[in-house]
Amino acid sequence: MSENHTALYEEHKKLGASFTDFGGWQMPLKYSSELAEHHAVRKAAGIFDLSHMGEVWVTGPDAAAFLDYALVGKLSAMAVGKAKYSLICNEDGGIIDDLIVYRRPADAEGHNRFLVVPNAGNAKVVAAALALRSAGFEVVVDDVSAGTSLIAVQGPKAEEILLRLVPAARHELVTGLKYYAAVEVPFLVAGAGQELLLARTGYTGEDGFEIFVNNDDAAALWQAIVAIADDGELTPAGLASRDSLRLEAGMPLYGNELSLEGDPFAAGLGPVVALSKEGDFVGKAALAAKKEAGAGSTSGRKLVGLKGLGRRAGRGHYPVLKDGNVVGEVTSGQPSPTLGYPVAMAYVDVEYTEPGTALDIDLRGKTEPFEVVALPFYKRVK
Amino acid sequence: MAKVASELQYSDEHEWVAREAGNIVSIGISAVATDALGDIVYVDLPEVGSAVTAGETCGEVESTKSVSDLYSPVTGEVTEINPDVVEDPALINSDPYGAGWLFKVAAESDGPLLSAQDYASKNGGEL
Repeated sequence: MSENHTALYEEHKKLGASFTDFGGWQMPLKYSSELAEHHAVRKAAGIFDLSHMGEVWVTGPDAAAFLDYALVGKLSAMAVGKAKYSLICNEDGGIIDDLIVYRRPADAEGHNRFLVVPNAGNAKVVAAALALRSAGFEVVVDDVSAGTSLIAVQGPKAEEILLRLVPAARHELVTGLKYYAAVEVPFLVAGAGQELLLARTGYTGEDGFEIFVNNDDAAALWQAIVAIADDGELTPAGLASRDSLRLEAGMPLYGNELSLEGDPFAAGLGPVVALSKEGDFVGKAALAAKKEAGAGSTSGRKLVGLKGLGRRAGRGHYPVLKDGNVVGEVTSGQPSPTLGYPVAMAYVDVEYTEPGTALDIDLRGKTEPFEVVALPFYKRVK
Repeated sequence: MAKVASELQYSDEHEWVAREAGNIVSIGISAVATDALGDIVYVDLPEVGSAVTAGETCGEVESTKSVSDLYSPVTGEVTEINPDVVEDPALINSDPYGAGWLFKVAAESDGPLLSAQDYASKNGGEL
């Protein structure tokens, strides 16, 4: 049992959350019904505590070049104000973590600034790897995870709700914010204005936002968002619904779909790896070899989506079968609340990865029919 | 805290037992269990006429997050199953001691059963 509590722990207790250990943190699993929380995010809005996620600032004249070296993407090509999904790999091309990088305006000295957001369980490892890789670069790596909270508001009503906390003259900052971009926005919290970094990013497949806030101000912001929403408009949502939402959206979860043993190409993340960027980066040679050998070269398997034709769901580590022979393994799976049928992601032998391929999942001794489908399972109508 | 119905008996595997006419008992799962499982989306019940044995598995309960075995708290023959929970497993969450009952057994013998009070204190439930 971990002892790490976010700054919002008391809020969750007041809301009657049941807690789970995740990445070393006591996090709300659900407040009432995870299905109700899931549907609320699809139909209206949900509010999530993501304060377990890491936040690492990378600042300095070499910040862009350093991230090009430390991560697999070409972060130097990203414009100020934008965000980018990327990976940090080891020399063997194994995935240490997936993360989002936000490019912020240069500081007063004109130094480039980037905010790197790794997963909770990997935050320390990522911060340490970045620090280690920064040797020879004029850059400062500052892990501010312990003092930083992150609140997500996700769903079709998210923008409307958050706008009520922003002065009308500044609404354009929010309404004009593009997907995978971030901006400092003055929020009115407890009668005072506060500039907070607002990102239009998320892990649910819906429109939505993530707000970075100091621990000391996190509870007041959470309360202000909850209070400004109308009845039934905003539902506190826990990690159970976060997981079912991201699975429907076909988004990988580190530890399930991504690992040190896996590789980005097998996971369908080839486009994230910028092999053609200038200069060397950590894992480049190994990743180039894997790309050359083809997706699935590491294990012979590739990540696919599986749609259940029956009622039963596949779960993590259940075997995937073709004519009774094991040809893969489920990484994530559960009944899809939105679609009404079971969905799963699984690594499957490359010859069985074409959409339409009929496969079975071994559900504790009983087989259940599934079909390979393209990811994501769910895409919102814009 | 999860409610524990005071008039019922409970197994360690979180099934409840209600005495009906003669040796017929109805069986369901406690709110302690449904709270832990989360939203139930599928239930696999024993067939009417089949024999069940106290302490042995006789079905499965699947929630959004997990699959759990269903254990029979008594030994005997299944006389009836609840078709409503097969059709709408959410009933097990919304009314675990009422409309969410699972099956009935003509019981020959009981497995070890706890009083509501003992079950509640052992599992953090509320009478």
